[in-house]
Amino acid sequence: MADVLVVLALMFVAAAATAAVLNRDPARQAVVLSLLGLGLAVAFTVLQAPDVGLSQLGVGSALTPLMILLTVRKVRKGKGRGRE
Amino acid sequence: MSRRVRMGVLAAGLLATAALFVTAFLDMPHFGGAWHPYGDRAVQASVNRRTANTVSAVNFDQRGFDTLGEESILFASVLGTVVLLRQARDERTRAPRPGPVPAALRRYGLVALPATLLIGLYVIAHGQLSPGGGFQGGVVVATALHLLYIAVDYPALERIRPLGLYEVGDAVGEAAYVVLGVAGLLAGSAYLANVLPFGTFNTLSSGGTVPLLNAAVGLEVASAVVVLLARFLVQALEIEGGDGGKEQAA
Repeated sequence: MADVLVVLALMFVAAAATAAVLNRDPARQAVVLSLLGLGLAVAFTVLQAPDVGLSQLGVGSALTPLMILLTVRKVRKGKGRGRE
Repeated sequence: MSRRVRMGVLAAGLLATAALFVTAFLDMPHFGGAWHPYGDRAVQASVNRRTANTVSAVNFDQRGFDTLGEESILFASVLGTVVLLRQARDERTRAPRPGPVPAALRRYGLVALPATLLIGLYVIAHGQLSPGGGFQGGVVVATALHLLYIAVDYPALERIRPLGLYEVGDAVGEAAYVVLGVAGLLAGSAYLANVLPFGTFNTLSSGGTVPLLNAAVGLEVASAVVVLLARFLVQALEIEGGDGGKEQAA
């Protein structure tokens, strides 16, 4: 049973990681990255590493996507000003 | 180098890495086996020091010096971000306009913020007992505060976030770890030695210096993440103008 969960979690991680690479829009990528972080957190937890899972949840699915989204906002604002 | 040669070099590199990777994995213990020589010794050492969470015992006791390095990496990188994302001479700040927030999002924030903050503080306080600790709890606490930005607006976040205090918290957390290490040295054994009484197994005060080092890391990480996100928020919402240093670079 535990092995089934591990395989499912790893397959989800592989799918989410591929989606993050294939996606070309950084704002969408941030959302996919957040899902990937969630998948990795689940994978670490079913592999009996809840400490790492918690770190991954905080950093991978909340902090990093937020920083990417803020950066995208800053870059788009700069671009808009250049076109005026 | 032509495209063909570059692809050839890439293919050779990938094949060699793949071969080394497979060879290395052939000698590894099988997945999910029962033979864990390092794990068994770490658990034994952790129980001897009456620390219920073995991972925290490894992080803050058996390998406390590694954690000092990791904490310093975060400290240094946040410091670097603060310097890099400062307001340049040709940039000006403008107060961000408050945007409309859906009522459902407001209600979600009202419920989620105190719950998330409490969970974060719980995870820090119980680092020596249950999964989690200063790093994980610190990140949760810092992101919880930013629910205020999502559910209300940026000025509301600024009001409850005196940035100077968090900068001090970042430095105090880092310094506390270093000073606690020196305490071990002064008490007669070694830097970062666990010199305090170990207490009763599975209680908040157990583990000697582990809860203290854990709290220092919690303070440092929570403050560091708040300071880090503050620089990103100021850049995204307040600072305008400038050419991003393109002219100087050219």
